[in-house]
Amino acid sequence: MVNNPLTKNIDMSRPPKDIAAYEAADGYQSIQEIAKGHAPDDVLQLVKDSGLKGRGGAGFPTGLKWSFVPQGENTPAQKYLVVNADEMEPGTFKDRLLMEGDPHLLLEGMIIAAYAIRASKAYIFLRGEYTVSEQALNIAIKEAYERGFLGKNILGTGFDLDIILHTSAGRYICGEETALLNALEGKRANPRAKPPFPQVSGLWGKPTIVNNVETICNLPGILTYGIEWYQSLTKGADHGTKLFGVSGKVKNPGCWELPLGTPIRDLIEGHAQGMQNGLELRAFLPGGGSTDFMSPEHLDLKLDYGEIAKAGSRLATGTMIILDDKTCPVGMIGNLMRFFSHESCGFCTPCRDGLPWVDEIFQGFENGFGNEKDLQILHEHVDYLGPGRTFCALAPGATAPLGSGLKLFKEDFERHIIEKRCPYKL
Amino acid sequence: MSKNVIASSAVRARKLSADEIAEIEHEMKLYPDKRAVGLEALKIVQKHQGWVSDESLLAIAKYLNIPIADLEGVATFFNLVYRHPVGKNVILFCNSVSCWIMGCDGLREHIKKEVGIDFGETSEDDEFTMIPVPCLGDCDRAPVMMVGSDLHRNLTSEKIDQIISRYRNK
Repeated sequence: MVNNPLTKNIDMSRPPKDIAAYEAADGYQSIQEIAKGHAPDDVLQLVKDSGLKGRGGAGFPTGLKWSFVPQGENTPAQKYLVVNADEMEPGTFKDRLLMEGDPHLLLEGMIIAAYAIRASKAYIFLRGEYTVSEQALNIAIKEAYERGFLGKNILGTGFDLDIILHTSAGRYICGEETALLNALEGKRANPRAKPPFPQVSGLWGKPTIVNNVETICNLPGILTYGIEWYQSLTKGADHGTKLFGVSGKVKNPGCWELPLGTPIRDLIEGHAQGMQNGLELRAFLPGGGSTDFMSPEHLDLKLDYGEIAKAGSRLATGTMIILDDKTCPVGMIGNLMRFFSHESCGFCTPCRDGLPWVDEIFQGFENGFGNEKDLQILHEHVDYLGPGRTFCALAPGATAPLGSGLKLFKEDFERHIIEKRCPYKL
Repeated sequence: MSKNVIASSAVRARKLSADEIAEIEHEMKLYPDKRAVGLEALKIVQKHQGWVSDESLLAIAKYLNIPIADLEGVATFFNLVYRHPVGKNVILFCNSVSCWIMGCDGLREHIKKEVGIDFGETSEDDEFTMIPVPCLGDCDRAPVMMVGSDLHRNLTSEKIDQIISRYRNK
């Protein structure tokens, strides 16, 4: 049986499989199976039972999310599926691989999801810079229409589905699901208040499910090979496989599909082959720029949502950023703070005014005029910008590397103040 | 400049080309209302004109019958919509965390020295404009940057020199 359902068709040295080759590798089997007479609710139940959790960062159970879509009489007839392909989290490079490498997998997953929630229209919200993904998806969508997997009355089921590829024009905040919906409606991408949640009132006020690319790509495997198979893939508590990446100064940076529950050490020392010569592992962000630092003492923990959370961080996107002992941790956090400050949508005050202040303080450390008062202000901002203080998760995300970094790299901050310069610069 | 800004939109709106209109019309079929087409229309016009001038912005607002201020709000929000003229090739320079660890600051200095531009600037020969861009999602091959719609990976100073001369001679 397949043990790498997300990447089994991917070989980046050639173009992605066309629809015939994709079908020959069990592709679109799930749609043929559904057409034999499975109700949307059966599909939803199956996904619920599989234990699939969202791969975009929050890790919310996918089937549960879908079940919040109101169904039946007296509910809006139009429902939407939106795929979040706005991958922009610093250090995250997994959805690109899936879309460039096997676009039909995403489409098959989208048909399954749309069928389960009874959505006749689906948008792929793709970041504008992903031009290769755009090309691959356009070709695949055309093929799927020609083959009858998209359009009216798909395989005689009476189910209609149109997939529309929307290419965006930048801004990190568009990855926040309600900001994404505003952007798709042609508005400034400011996040919306929740509730109402998009599942009830989303795109143009209609029930909408927003799922990450990798989440959707899990669906064909679950339907084709079954729950028992899916749950046998894992090495930990959470089910299935996941894309894990390593960037920074390791010998072999890259992205691999591994079972959830794989030890962190296998990823960093095995697949990424450890640190470059002459460098030591100092710390790492386990799942993109909005996660708390972890240290070498955590290497034997498993890559599992719960286990990483217990260590005070988040598995999030599963793409790790490695900090070595010759790179300045204060500079690294400063880089992240500049990013978040620049990408604030400017809608709510703590984020709009707090992040630039934090950024300016880091510039001060870099240029040798940081002081103890600055450190205190940074500590205060971890609280002022934390969860519950702002309109969306952008600023709380920024406080993850900030708060954990202030603790873990206390001495480095002190040295910047005492020596009035960055001690890592020659 | 101030005099022109207050001139009426009717006078200043550009005439959209047949190609631009055809592409905007195509997008209108994909969305339930015209406002949603605003960003698409800005991108279409930019593709044809290189950037979005006041005249273009007004023309789109008129064509879609949406408020000018709303469309301007969208145009100024998205970093890939250019409200100033740009060079023939736009360099989207990734300066997010993985590229920073892998030394993108030095490459930015190199471009400053060799091409004479920093973020937000256009070279004297109008060949290149450089702007920073959020993480380009290719971190295992950092540092990276895009020139136009092409991604360039594992960058070094030497590689950047080659890339620059290739686009310059295009």
